[in-house]
Amino acid sequence: MNVAIDAHGGPDTHRAVERAARESYGRLLAFLASRTRDVEAAEDALADAFTAALTAWPRTGVPEKPEAWLLTAARRRLIDAARRAGAEARVLPVLLDASGEAERTAAAASPFPDERLELLFLCAHPAIDEAVRAPLMLQTVLGLDASRIASAFLAKPSTMGQRLSRAKAKIRDAGMHFEVPAVAVLPERLGAVLQAIYAAYGSGWEDLDGADPRRRGLAAEAIEVGRVLHRLLPAEPEVSGLLALILYCEARRSARRDAAGTYVPLSEQDVTRWSRPMIIEAEGLLSEAARATGGPGRSEPEPGRFQLEAAIQSVHARRAVTGATDWEAIALLYEGLARAAPTVGVLVGRAAAVAEAHGPARGWALLEELPRDAVERYQPYWALAAYLLTRLGRLEDAARAYERAIGLCEDPSAREYLVGQRRALAVQQSGR
Amino acid sequence: MEYSLLFYQGPEDFAARTDPVKRQAFWGAFLPYMKALKAAGVVVAGAGLEPPGTATTLRLKDGKRLVQDGPCAETKEQLAGFFVIDVPNLDAALEWAARYPGRAVEVRPNLPRTQEE
Repeated sequence: MNVAIDAHGGPDTHRAVERAARESYGRLLAFLASRTRDVEAAEDALADAFTAALTAWPRTGVPEKPEAWLLTAARRRLIDAARRAGAEARVLPVLLDASGEAERTAAAASPFPDERLELLFLCAHPAIDEAVRAPLMLQTVLGLDASRIASAFLAKPSTMGQRLSRAKAKIRDAGMHFEVPAVAVLPERLGAVLQAIYAAYGSGWEDLDGADPRRRGLAAEAIEVGRVLHRLLPAEPEVSGLLALILYCEARRSARRDAAGTYVPLSEQDVTRWSRPMIIEAEGLLSEAARATGGPGRSEPEPGRFQLEAAIQSVHARRAVTGATDWEAIALLYEGLARAAPTVGVLVGRAAAVAEAHGPARGWALLEELPRDAVERYQPYWALAAYLLTRLGRLEDAARAYERAIGLCEDPSAREYLVGQRRALAVQQSGR
Repeated sequence: MEYSLLFYQGPEDFAARTDPVKRQAFWGAFLPYMKALKAAGVVVAGAGLEPPGTATTLRLKDGKRLVQDGPCAETKEQLAGFFVIDVPNLDAALEWAARYPGRAVEVRPNLPRTQEE
């Protein structure tokens, strides 16, 4: 029996069908590719079937055995390919064998095997170019096409296509294999997977509030990969931490711009426009992560980077309930984060939190400690410097910092905000 | 699957091979690594190479063979030796590469052997 789906279903229904199609596509691709090592051949075999599923399932509902449905739809393509087999002669028999095996497995009573975890680790393998790891995940796990990925990563479709094929050729020709890494290297390898999912979210590393339009990423798709990973590794606190962090950020998406489309900084956002269900889900994930951390025999003795970042976002989210932001708590969490991941973004964030908690002088002192060449072209540094210098009454220095921040800001809406701040400062200066 | 481990060294490493003071430390690190590889039974072939100063490069230019003194590319790090090993997959090859005590090692899959061979 098919799962009934309203033919006139709204976008939510459509999304559910798409998710189901992707879910089984990812499983099948992992299954076939891990046996042939040939991601591209498996993609070719499944491409038509996947497209057919995206068209048919919204009308008919998700079949009870989606993998079997997809394999049936893929069979013609496979047989065609086997007939044409010339250069691909090596991989096709293996692919046909694998699909036969998959068909038997899909028809059996037990659920279809899920090897997407191995696939995720492969995509983020250190032997794969870091820049292509997130695109490769989005393509192999969710079946996104190269041109869609390209536009999210601001690359030409042809360039993105080449990068992806190169990575797939390396997987095939360099004998890379599908496996979950050994315990000794697991934290490091998992870190690379998490980093790639975060990159797919597009918020980047430093730009938590998504003000940078160059890296807009594929938010919904990255959340989906995050959820897949969380289902596969529910006990890893950093996995829960990352998913929580992304959900907190995503919960604020519509509050980041006002009705006129102007950038609204976090502290001035209208909390009623935050998504409550996402925040509630994030809170649940974060407490899950906290329970898995710190105890005896736990895999993580101390909270990791993503858990700490999510905890910081959790404090911000609490403003929706308490009406105030607990900056002392945030400053404390940043101390931990600065130890776990002392990136420029984190150090600037810590200075901002300390300034709010303990006054602009303390925050400015932290900014001054940062090496000059690391912050020279880092926009958030200059925006914060301008703000703190204004509060310290050093208006001329503040004006210079604003100019610098405006010059480095690539998002027109965020830039407009800074120009407004700069104008207010000029009024203050002339009033002296 | 066969992989080549290509070992690269800088001028100071090449010099250390024969330096009366440094040579012991140099070979002291490298010989046990070589022995471990051989003991694991994964080595198909291998050789250490004389320094790049001993190299002669032949190039085809305008249909003529040009013979030149020196290595193929003038880079700071030069090929110093190689092993061909037979291991199940890239991760196993990378594992062996990670144990190499020198400066840099490139891991390349060998082309599969064909019937014509």
